[in-house]
Amino acid sequence: MGIRVAGLTKHFGDFLAVDDVSLTVESGELVAFLGPSGGGKSTILRIIAGLETADAGTVAFNGQPADHLHPSARGVGFVFQHYALFRHMTVAANIAFGLRVQGASRRRQAERVAELLALMGLAGLGHRYPSQLSGGQRQRVALARALAPEPKVLLLDEPFGAVDAKVREELRHWLRKLHDEVHVTSIFVTHDQEEAFSVADQVMVIHRGRLEQAGTPDEILDHPRTEFVARFIGEANVFETRVQGGAGQVGALRIPVEGIADGTPVCLVVRFYDLKFWRDDQGCARVVRMTTLGDRVKVEAQIDGAGRIFSQFPRRSSLLHGIAPGCRIHIEVTLARAYAATK
Amino acid sequence: MSRPAQITDIQHGRLALRSGVMIYVGVLVVLPLAALVQHGLADGLLGLWRAAATPVAVQAMVLTLWTAALMAVINAVMGTLTAWALVRYEFPGRGVLSALVDLPFAIPTLVTGVMLVILLGPQSPLGGWLAAQGMPIAFAPPAIVLALLFITMPFVVRAVEPVLLEQDPAEEEAARTLGAGTWTVFRRILLPPILPALLSGTIRSFARALGELGSVIVVSGNIPYRTLTAPIYIFGEIESGQPQTAAAVSVVLLALALVLAFAARGIERATGVHNG
Amino acid sequence: MARRARTRQLTGAQRLIVLLVFAYLGLILVLPLGALALHALAQGPGTLLLTLTEPAARQGLLLTLFVAIICVAANGLFGVAGALVLTRHRFLGRRVLDALVDLPLAVSPVMTGLAFLLIFGRGGWLDGPLDLLGLQVTFAVPGLVLATLFVTFPFTLREVAYVLEELGTSEEQAAMTLGASPWQTFWLVTLPNIRFGLGYGIVLTLARALGEFGAVLVVGGAISGRTQTATTFIYNALEERREAAAYGMALLLAVISVALLVAIEWLKRRRERGQ
Repeated sequence: MGIRVAGLTKHFGDFLAVDDVSLTVESGELVAFLGPSGGGKSTILRIIAGLETADAGTVAFNGQPADHLHPSARGVGFVFQHYALFRHMTVAANIAFGLRVQGASRRRQAERVAELLALMGLAGLGHRYPSQLSGGQRQRVALARALAPEPKVLLLDEPFGAVDAKVREELRHWLRKLHDEVHVTSIFVTHDQEEAFSVADQVMVIHRGRLEQAGTPDEILDHPRTEFVARFIGEANVFETRVQGGAGQVGALRIPVEGIADGTPVCLVVRFYDLKFWRDDQGCARVVRMTTLGDRVKVEAQIDGAGRIFSQFPRRSSLLHGIAPGCRIHIEVTLARAYAATK
Repeated sequence: MSRPAQITDIQHGRLALRSGVMIYVGVLVVLPLAALVQHGLADGLLGLWRAAATPVAVQAMVLTLWTAALMAVINAVMGTLTAWALVRYEFPGRGVLSALVDLPFAIPTLVTGVMLVILLGPQSPLGGWLAAQGMPIAFAPPAIVLALLFITMPFVVRAVEPVLLEQDPAEEEAARTLGAGTWTVFRRILLPPILPALLSGTIRSFARALGELGSVIVVSGNIPYRTLTAPIYIFGEIESGQPQTAAAVSVVLLALALVLAFAARGIERATGVHNG
Repeated sequence: MARRARTRQLTGAQRLIVLLVFAYLGLILVLPLGALALHALAQGPGTLLLTLTEPAARQGLLLTLFVAIICVAANGLFGVAGALVLTRHRFLGRRVLDALVDLPLAVSPVMTGLAFLLIFGRGGWLDGPLDLLGLQVTFAVPGLVLATLFVTFPFTLREVAYVLEELGTSEEQAAMTLGASPWQTFWLVTLPNIRFGLGYGIVLTLARALGEFGAVLVVGGAISGRTQTATTFIYNALEERREAAAYGMALLLAVISVALLVAIEWLKRRRERGQ
């Protein structure tokens, strides 16, 4: 079932949480709402579910407006960050709940519970209580519970936020596998870029209540359309300068800029891996620090007449040969994204 | 419902629930208090003053206030000590003691009065001995204070306990490693967070004591000017067919109790405490 | 935040504190209870039973029980409803409702009795209509019920509201998204989650209703055989210098209270564990 959101706006008191957001999720897609905390992603999700009401705008499922419908009537499955499992019911009763309140027969409930326990790798845990399960197991129960009544839409609010890193990876794998089998239109909210890019078909970057960009992971990574998206995705250096002679000058470093008139103030975003350097005693920068981050190395250099520039390379990269703190380097920026300054 | 649930349907249901509750509260709580206030103020504030400022009534108020105040002070100290011992120490009988603290909430106040009379009345061994020493307890203000202590025992203990339970031992340990002695640790680290809870619990016990009837009426002897408290005075006026005077003094007591309750709740809300 | 473990080995000063606390509670609580038990039983258990089975005593107990049950039912129901409204609804006047709930706790029982007299008694607000309908509220059982409803009103509401606040709304929201109607959500999700808080509130209500004295004395007049509850029975017995009867009933009420106390402690523990 496709979801269309148009002109959604929501205030909490004086705070504008959602600012005129319009987006479309195609039927069967798995979409990630990505952005920093407090940006409005969860609010939009909850409005779609009916758990919050918007001040303005509409939500439609398959073209039918749904704003007047109570959450219980929208056919939406919701997975909460902290599971919200019914603490006084067994795992089986939790999963069966949606079917039970809709009047399904005991046999149908039992069938579906068995199906989902198997699908989520929870076989044999039906009689346990939530307090007896691990975080990862609880979240899988929450997923199973949301899926049991065969919802047309599945919404997940930071579903893997409350578990540790290793378990998070497993759960991501479950979600993708689940989606491949069940093909339910799904939206999940996350602030973790890796999660969004590895799991979703489409990523929608949301910041300060606005939709910054919607696209496939590749599109977002390679063609960030706004300054925020460029800065937020991956790790990047940001320089503010003025275009002069087809380039932006950052201290002694010259960064070529295309398509922007001379004299325009710009914001230049350079990803940590979008530059090259080599030893050069007449170079424009001096290496200040090199930090090993597991299998990558982070190089911090001081540009003459300007600030710091960071880059990151795999440990074995040939670029790092002979580079040590204190030595001078010449830097060549291979890709800089320029955005007219918003100030 | 044959059609899908609309938000408006739910809102109507919620409104109905709200209205039901408001009506219940309005009829059960607001109406009686309104009647009381209306009757007490029937002759205006001046009339109220005239009715409530008779010598007997004033003495009754004074007695009520100072016995409650004395009780509140004792309660504050002993209540905190009790909560301290219950939370921080382990000793045989601790569980029973903790349960015992809730006893006054379960026992009828009249029964409390009866118990105290049996214990301290002139015929009892203890009471008789005290009377012989020239310190008769029953039918004298000390008995009133004792009764009030029983009745309000749980207020301070139960208010301070959760605060003590929440205290992070790390803070204390940090203070000790920095060289603070026991008394300093108590004064600077442990006491400040307890203070609001202690205060609100004491205020509540004081307010509760102001209106106490059942235990005091048995144990005090109800001697005007000596052991006649305000609630008993009000009762007397009702019995002798003077509801106006009764209502007048009631309004004064009510106003006082409301101010105290407001203060206690204010402290609790400011520090996020539950009074249960 | 780590909870500190209780100190097991107590220093001399700490032992003194414990002793002091024991002495204080012993003096204030245990001694009076013991004196009552001793004195009442000194009459001999036979006499005790006799005094308790006299018709006035039996009627008093039954009346008290009757009033208590009505209070538990009505204030239990409206307590849960009120708690839901206070914690789950947002509306103009919520603060006012919150303050109103606590009012009965601030009012002396004798004032409560007076208030109801002023409404339902002779010359009161509803005197005319009641007369017309031939209904008697004051000096009759309905008056007792109303007065006791007033004084027991806050207990269940406060306890359930406390638990509802602690629980939060996420389970209820989950139930909604799964298709449950508000009633289903309440019955299947909310109610099981609040049961110990509710039980705690109900037992508190029961204990308070059992022990109510001042208000029922004023509104009911403690007329033997008609409006005499267990507590006013004791009062009347004392006035009539029938100490044996008074002490016997007092002991019985004390025993019931201790039983309720045990229930209170158990429920309190279960309520904390449920979080």
